[in-house]
Amino acid sequence: MSEVIGGVFTSHVPAIGSAIARGLQQDPYWKPFFDGFDPVHEFLHREKPDVAVVFYNDHGLNFFLDKMPTFAIGAATEYRHEDEGWGISFPRPYPGHQALSWHIIEEVVKSDFDPVTCQAMTVDHAVAVPFELAWPGAEEFPVKLIPIAINTVQHPLPSARRCYNLGKAVGRALESWQGDEKIVVLGTGGLSHQLEGGRAGHINSDYDRFCLRNLARDPEALLQHDVLDIVELAGSQGVEILNWIAARGALHGSVRELASNYHVPISNTAAATVLLENRVTVSA
Amino acid sequence: MLPLAQIDDSGRRMIPGTPVFDGDAAQAGYPLNAMCYSFNSQANRDAFVADEEGYMARFALTPAQLAAVRGRDVNAMIAAGGNVYYLAKLAGIFGLNVQDLGALQTGVGLDEFKAGLMSHAVTERHVAQLEQAQ
Repeated sequence: MSEVIGGVFTSHVPAIGSAIARGLQQDPYWKPFFDGFDPVHEFLHREKPDVAVVFYNDHGLNFFLDKMPTFAIGAATEYRHEDEGWGISFPRPYPGHQALSWHIIEEVVKSDFDPVTCQAMTVDHAVAVPFELAWPGAEEFPVKLIPIAINTVQHPLPSARRCYNLGKAVGRALESWQGDEKIVVLGTGGLSHQLEGGRAGHINSDYDRFCLRNLARDPEALLQHDVLDIVELAGSQGVEILNWIAARGALHGSVRELASNYHVPISNTAAATVLLENRVTVSA
Repeated sequence: MLPLAQIDDSGRRMIPGTPVFDGDAAQAGYPLNAMCYSFNSQANRDAFVADEEGYMARFALTPAQLAAVRGRDVNAMIAAGGNVYYLAKLAGIFGLNVQDLGALQTGVGLDEFKAGLMSHAVTERHVAQLEQAQ
């Protein structure tokens, strides 16, 4: 039987990718953020997951405004990162897991979700940066990727509850998968930040701490805010917390926080990394 | 936790200093954002640099969008429907990152904008004790 071992939640700021490309992990500006990944590396080394299911938002690499899906699930044999406009493309390919992708698609559609399905798909920094952070250095990524993109770009965005329920449906699909893979779930983006408008540079540590405090033990607390509440609280890009909320929804077992690192600022962003363990609750 | 909501004439909620990229903005901004999306390709970035006017003509930018790009006016690009995720690709051609964009939009110098971010500076780290008996 497959097993969902836990979740890794992290910011995905493009500047982190630039810092990786330039080898700045030990630089004083960057070190406090990168050090937050030590417990994640230990966890992934110990648990050795086979599959990563990643909830993220595309910022204009695979999807543009000509066709903008609210939810999209990858079902490709392989995914690649490409140049997003600033000349960085991470070379390691991301192997896919088509059979599990289609199983997830089947199950979430049964749960009344209607995702776009993608057999050819590039993934942007919102997947590439977390993968570089989680599995640095290795010649090939040791996990297969299932990307699940959520529209956090063009309003109306799906509600926090809708994203959480999508995550729950994905979690049910993972539980019913008959393979023996170990699966880790990723949620990327956030925390508070805003890139545009007169409020550019907005940071809200109170809201960020509210999310960090409740992510493991009471994720439904994050569902009390509608999307524009979240935009007001977290900033117009801070709404990427929707990806975290969806990923948290996919953890159905007994969930415990193993590590949390909140570091402000990275570029314009309140950056955070959280590691949650998920243990299957055994019924007698 | 939230201040009283502000509502505009058409009943939409307004968040001060925060453009919400909705259907109206996406429709108005389409030509500008489409051009910016094309800058994922180095060849297209080079073509824009070589002939800015000729490149813009291929995307049928509105007069307001043309003026905003010619004037390197980020606020005008946003007002004309530009979305910052796509504009970031154009800004990169001009050698500007998102912190430069933040300073330009808020009317402060780059150092002052960075100082504003640093005023929130904090690092909070928690690591659970691993259970010994496993």
